[in-house]
Amino acid sequence: MSRIFVAGMGAVSPAGWKLADLRQALRNGEPLPVQTLQRPGWQKPLRTRPIPNPAERLEFLAHPRLRRASPITHYVVAAALEATAGLRASRDSNLRLGLVICLQSGCVNYSCRFFEETLKDPATASPLLFPETVFAAPASHLAAVLGNISLASSLVGDPAAFLQGVALGAQWLEENRVDACVIIGAEEINWILADALWHLERPAILTAGAGALCLCREPEWSTGVELAAITDAHTWSSRKNRTQAACAMREQLSQSVFLKPGRAERPLGPAAQQRRPATARDSELLCDGIGSSPRVDAAEFAAWRDWTGPRLSPKRILGEGLMAAAAWQCVAACDAIAGGSFAAAHVALIGPNQQAMGARFVRGDSDISRLSAGPSPGNIRA
Amino acid sequence: MLFPTTSPPETPPRVVITGAGIITALGPGWKTNAAGFRTGRTAFGPVSLFDVSRQRAKQAAEVDLPVALPSTRLSAKQIARLDRAGVMLLLAIQEAWQQSGWEPAENLPLVLGTTAGGMSFGEAYFRQAVQAPHDHRHQATRAIHYQPQVQALLALEALGSTGPVTIVSNACASGGNAIGHAWELIRYGQAERVLTGGYDALTQLVFSGFDALQALSTTVCRPFDARRDGLALGEGAAVMALETLESARRRDATILGELIGYGTSIDQHHLTQPHPRGDATLTVMKQACAVAGVTPDDIDYLNAHGTGTALNDSSEAIAIGHWAGPRAATLPVSSTKADIGHLLGAAGAVEAVICLMTLCEQWLPPETMFEVPDPACRFPIVHKPQDARVNVVLSNSFGFGGVNASLILRRWA
Repeated sequence: MSRIFVAGMGAVSPAGWKLADLRQALRNGEPLPVQTLQRPGWQKPLRTRPIPNPAERLEFLAHPRLRRASPITHYVVAAALEATAGLRASRDSNLRLGLVICLQSGCVNYSCRFFEETLKDPATASPLLFPETVFAAPASHLAAVLGNISLASSLVGDPAAFLQGVALGAQWLEENRVDACVIIGAEEINWILADALWHLERPAILTAGAGALCLCREPEWSTGVELAAITDAHTWSSRKNRTQAACAMREQLSQSVFLKPGRAERPLGPAAQQRRPATARDSELLCDGIGSSPRVDAAEFAAWRDWTGPRLSPKRILGEGLMAAAAWQCVAACDAIAGGSFAAAHVALIGPNQQAMGARFVRGDSDISRLSAGPSPGNIRA
Repeated sequence: MLFPTTSPPETPPRVVITGAGIITALGPGWKTNAAGFRTGRTAFGPVSLFDVSRQRAKQAAEVDLPVALPSTRLSAKQIARLDRAGVMLLLAIQEAWQQSGWEPAENLPLVLGTTAGGMSFGEAYFRQAVQAPHDHRHQATRAIHYQPQVQALLALEALGSTGPVTIVSNACASGGNAIGHAWELIRYGQAERVLTGGYDALTQLVFSGFDALQALSTTVCRPFDARRDGLALGEGAAVMALETLESARRRDATILGELIGYGTSIDQHHLTQPHPRGDATLTVMKQACAVAGVTPDDIDYLNAHGTGTALNDSSEAIAIGHWAGPRAATLPVSSTKADIGHLLGAAGAVEAVICLMTLCEQWLPPETMFEVPDPACRFPIVHKPQDARVNVVLSNSFGFGGVNASLILRRWA
């Protein structure tokens, strides 16, 4: 069983095109400004938090594959390049990189435009738009930009599926099929998506962007953050409602937490050690998915009702970013550990229509063990 | 826990197939499809699901859905929320389930591939959303049931089961990748049984998209034929019940075949075009053979991705020629897309079940419309119905975006 570390993080969010922007916005704790979005056929505008224009032209946009790519691909590429910057700067080009992209709505802008053209006159619908509508388009473009992708996959699901992506990346690393794996959750804004969200979760404010985690096996490549646990996927059914699934996830995540002093299988590299402040608190953070909808948030409140520790709720600041929001939660949790503010962090992802999943990240040299009871017996044994 | 997991077994367990369900334009179920593929029946006709009067292509392989669905654990309200894709998934999963003899389970993994999921709901949502006066009715339901994970959970619910759902969306390789992912879950000890497959229904957006790309044939879909002029779209679903050999033997289950190899890679050449040399295709076939412990000499039939487009077929033909070497001259190859069209996210799964049929019933599916071989083909195309001795088969699937998959199945005897 390999230890899995976080080698880098990246984020594009309504706060800006860098992780530092996300970090600052979360530190400020103030909800970001809301803009209105017009939709056809209805006077009432929809509320969104769009991605601001980048401060300077993004160099990667010069890549020929990105000339016609949709905004979601730009977010994916920006977040992935930031998350892999350290590895790409210090490692040889033969690094085998894996790529998992997780989406809930995906490339809705070009899908809407292409379908609109089809309904007007299919004979003149643009052939340039259609290929960009598929879920796999962002992965394809990113693979072309990075160039050394040996494995790639796009997963679709509700936002908790981001942790399925992280688990898949960890599996590829454990099997030594890749040297590092970047997992990205991304979405883009479109009126039809904002309209759908209005129907399903009226108080929510749609936003977009991407969050990326780059995982590795080598401690010396790490940011000082280690993946400690990912729970099973606790799916809803007629016999298990959303709150019950959330509570089951919480219980399983809690069982993965206990001390194991003196674990030192492999030392952290000097760079990672330097990044760890000596004054780091040994407390744990909960990075949750609480937003602005009491009905939707009820399951999460129930699952964590006894949590008295520090808590971070990125959606309250950023808005409802669907899969991107799930990725931001993980990125924010890892960033808080890497920055020395916390020794460990829980991430709770309770999706709207599929499953509840949780994860735990710890400081790579922390004595708060990931698990000392050994691995669980086959998480999805039927 | 998904992480950390158990250490994988030192020797990966053998993975066998104990159930298979299929629905295509040839009809529902194994028997109907086997009879059709065995004789090379084609299932194309004029598109009736939406208006194609302004499209270049007018034909597709549409599924004739049964009027009444088989009895399941879904309520009438839940059934009413299934679109075409969801109904096809339900029919395929139930057939696989019944054949496998599995009992309902609380933790049964389901791994599915799809490109469009409930796209017909998305289209209906859009049409209504742009109408004036504004009408909100049914929009919330459409927004939920458009999502493939919701369809997948309903399919599990129909079987009285629940479990983790993974939706792979690697375009036209989705079905092959889903089966490969399920196979890996079992091989690495993360599950003992998995339901897996793929599904996709014809939709106006997708038909219009391929038509806009001028990728659709305006004559006849003829993969690997020198006169080919494009692909034909189809729709359908296929699901397999995979389990460890130990589990199947413990239950004294009927074993239909064994999944012995899987390879996947990504072709970074272009969003929609394969590399002309077929490098990534070559890689996945080699990977799958290496894992399976077989060589091209051991392969008795190759079910090609073979879309019927100029670029795909020439690239795949070159790759097969390089991979097979001298064996290419005698290796029977065909693309069943000539019979039922390109099923997109369902293609890899449907073609894997067709491969299973060839292993169980010892015949090869022909491309009856094939006439003039492309000079790049160094292998014989099966173009007439024929019985054959088939022990090991390989199935290729490639997708927009470049992700590829090869699966290798072995006869259970």
